[in-house]
Amino acid sequence: MNVLAEEMKGLTDSRYEHGFVTEIESEVIPPGLNEDVIRLISSRKNEPEWVLEYRLEAYRHWLKMEAPEWSSVHYPRIDHQAISYFAAPKKKDGPQSLDEVDPELIRTYEKLGIPIEEQKALAGVAVDAVFDSVSVATTFRENLAAAGVIFCSISEAAQAHPELLRQHLGSVVPHTDNYYAALNAAVFTDGTFVYIPKGVRCPMELSTYFRINAQNTGQFERTLIVAEEGSHVSYLEGCTAPMRDENQLHAAVVELVAMQDAQIKYSTVQNWYPGDEEGRGGIYNFVTKRGECRGDRSKISWTQVETGSAITWKYPSCILRGDHSVGEFYSVAVTRGMQQADTGTKMIHLGRNTSSTIVSKGISAGKGQQAYRGLVRMAQRAENARNHTQCDSLLIGDRCSAHTYPYIEVKNPTAKVEHEASTSKIGEDQLFYCRSRGLSEEEAVSLIVNGFCKEIFNELPMEFAVEAQKLLSISLEGAVG
Amino acid sequence: MLSIKNLKTEIEGKEILKGLDLEVGPGEVHAIMGPNGSGKSTLAHVLAGRAGYQVTAGEVAFEGESLLGTDPEERACRGVFLAFQYPVELPGVNNTHFLKEALNAQRKARGEPELDSVGFLKLIREKMKLVSMKPELLKRPVNAGFSGGEKKRNEILQMALFEPKLAVLDETDSGLDIDALRTVSDGVNALRDPSRSVVLVTHYQRLLDYIQPDYVHVLADGRIVRSGDKTLAKELEQKGYGWLTGKDEAA
Repeated sequence: MNVLAEEMKGLTDSRYEHGFVTEIESEVIPPGLNEDVIRLISSRKNEPEWVLEYRLEAYRHWLKMEAPEWSSVHYPRIDHQAISYFAAPKKKDGPQSLDEVDPELIRTYEKLGIPIEEQKALAGVAVDAVFDSVSVATTFRENLAAAGVIFCSISEAAQAHPELLRQHLGSVVPHTDNYYAALNAAVFTDGTFVYIPKGVRCPMELSTYFRINAQNTGQFERTLIVAEEGSHVSYLEGCTAPMRDENQLHAAVVELVAMQDAQIKYSTVQNWYPGDEEGRGGIYNFVTKRGECRGDRSKISWTQVETGSAITWKYPSCILRGDHSVGEFYSVAVTRGMQQADTGTKMIHLGRNTSSTIVSKGISAGKGQQAYRGLVRMAQRAENARNHTQCDSLLIGDRCSAHTYPYIEVKNPTAKVEHEASTSKIGEDQLFYCRSRGLSEEEAVSLIVNGFCKEIFNELPMEFAVEAQKLLSISLEGAVG
Repeated sequence: MLSIKNLKTEIEGKEILKGLDLEVGPGEVHAIMGPNGSGKSTLAHVLAGRAGYQVTAGEVAFEGESLLGTDPEERACRGVFLAFQYPVELPGVNNTHFLKEALNAQRKARGEPELDSVGFLKLIREKMKLVSMKPELLKRPVNAGFSGGEKKRNEILQMALFEPKLAVLDETDSGLDIDALRTVSDGVNALRDPSRSVVLVTHYQRLLDYIQPDYVHVLADGRIVRSGDKTLAKELEQKGYGWLTGKDEAA
C-alpha cells in the first residue's frame, strides 16, 4: 500500500468528527481508485450502509471487466488510477476573474447571452457558490414539495428517501450492465433524484445544470427519475454554454422508470469542452441512459442535442415492457474539429402493441467522425409492435464522415419495423445561392442546418429549442471553408 | 450603373471570357444572347461573385465602384441580384423564413430597419401577386419539390422582394412552358423601373417577345461580337448564330 492509500485508510477509518469535514472540504481526494476511496466517498456522503455495499459490489464487479472497444471512437486508454474520484466543493486555483479567461470562451458566452455571474461560474472563476460535484441547485423545491414531487440530489435521497432509492436504484441499469455503468455505480458522487407520485403532473419543467469544473476530476453523476402511475414529468439536463475543462471522463448513469400511464420526457443539451483543434483536452462523455416503460400505456421520450465533448458515446434507450407503451428518441449530434460520436438508441419491445420512434440527425464538419448505432429488438411476446426509424446525416466539407449501423432483431412475426436513412452534404451551390441573397456563409450554414434539425428542435421545450438553435449556429461557425 | 471593361475570366485554367465590354445604364434592359458555351452563364456568375472563376484581367464597376473581389453577399446588399438558371433546393429551410432572413440581411447591411414577421408577411403577399405564385409555396422548403415553373417564379418573387438595382436573369426562360413564360415575363416587366437595370441572359429570342430589351448583344467565344437594338434578335433568329460566329450551330 503506498503512502497515499495509507493516508486515505487513516482518514476513512477515523470517525466523522469535529474539524475533519472542514479540513477535507478544501481538497480533492488524491487520484486513484480502490475500496478505501469508495469507503471515503460513501462516508463523506454520510450514506447508509446499503449504499456502500452497493458501491463495493459494483466496484468488485468492475474489477473483473474490460473496457469495451467495440465502438467506432478512438481514444487513448484511460488510466483510472490517475483520476480523482471526488472533487472539493470549494476551489481557489481557478482564474480569479473573467480577465484571465480565454477571450474566445467569453465571446461565445456573450453570443449565447449568458449573464456575467453565470459566465464566471462556467469559466471556472472562483465564486462563492458551489458548482463542483456537489448537489445541484434545487430551486423551486418548496413548490414541488407542495405537489408531492421529490427533486433532490441523489445523496440527499439516500438519507431522506432511502426506501424509494433502494427500490429503484440500479433497477433499470444494473451495475453489471457495462464497464462504465459499473464504474459509475461504484463511485457516483452526485446526481439527481426525481419522484413523481401517482397521478401528479409535475407543475414545472425540472432543470439541472450539471457542471464540471475541477481539473482532473472524473464525473460520475447518477440520475434516477421515477414516475408513478398516471404521472407526468419533463426533465431538462445540460447547458448550452461550453465549459472550461481538462481531460475529463464523464461516465454518468441515468435511469428512468415509468409506471402505468406515466410519461417522462427527458431533454438534454450537451456542450462540454470538445478539446482544442487537435482534440486535446476534451471531455469523454460515456453515458448510460436507459428508461423502462414498466407499466401499460407508459411513455418515455428522449430528446438530445449533442454538440460538445471530444468523444460522445451514448445510447439513450427504452425498454418497452408495458403493453401499449411508447418509446421515442430524437437526437441531433454535431461533430466538428476532431470530435467523435458514436450515439444512437436501443428500443427493446417486450410488451404487446408497443411502439417506438427514432429520429436521428447527425451533422459532421471539419474532421468530425460520427456513427449512428441503433438497436430495435422485437421480443417474442411483442405482438403488433411498431418501430419507425429515420437517420439523416449532413456532411459539411470533405474531411468528415458519417456512418449508420442499424441493428434490427425481430422475434415476433406481427411486428413492423421501418428504417429510413439519408446522407446529404451542404453543397457549394446551396451556399452560393444563399449568399447571393445577402446571407453570410455562416448565416447560410445555420439556416440549412437548423432546417435539417427542425424536427428535433420541435420536440424540445420552447426556451431550450431557441438556445439549441443558437448553439448549433455557434458550434458550426467557421465550419465551412 | 454597370460598366464592364475588357473582362477576362478563367475556369480551371480555361479562358471563357476573353475581353468582354458592356455598359448598362440605369433603367436599361440589355439582352445577352449567344450560342451554348459562349460564356453567357459565366458572365452572370462572375457578376454575382461565384467562387471558382478567376478574373485575370479587366474591370467590373457597379455604380462607379468595383465589384470584383467582393463577396456574393456584399454584392447582394449593394443591389445586385442573380436569378438562377437552376434555382437551388434547400431542404428543410422554410421559404418564408429564408426570404425574410435574406431581406433583413440586406436591409441591415444598408442600415434600414429589419422587418418583423407581420410586416414581412404583408409585403411578401403583395409581391406574390406579381408572379401569381401559389401561397402554399411560401410554407414549403425553398425550391424543394417545386416544378420548373414554380422555381422560376420563386426567383422573380425574390427580385420583386429585394428590389435590386441590377438584376441579372440567367436563362430565366429555360424550362418554362408558354403560360409560365408569360407570367414570369409579366413579373419582370412590372419591375422595370428607371432606376433598375436588367441583364437578360438567354439562348432564345422567344423571351424577348415578352420582355422587350433596349439593347441586344451577341456573345460568342467570350466576346461581344455584335450589339444592336431588339431587331438584332429577330435577325439572329432568322439567320442563326452561325451568321455571327462563322460556325454552324446544331443546338
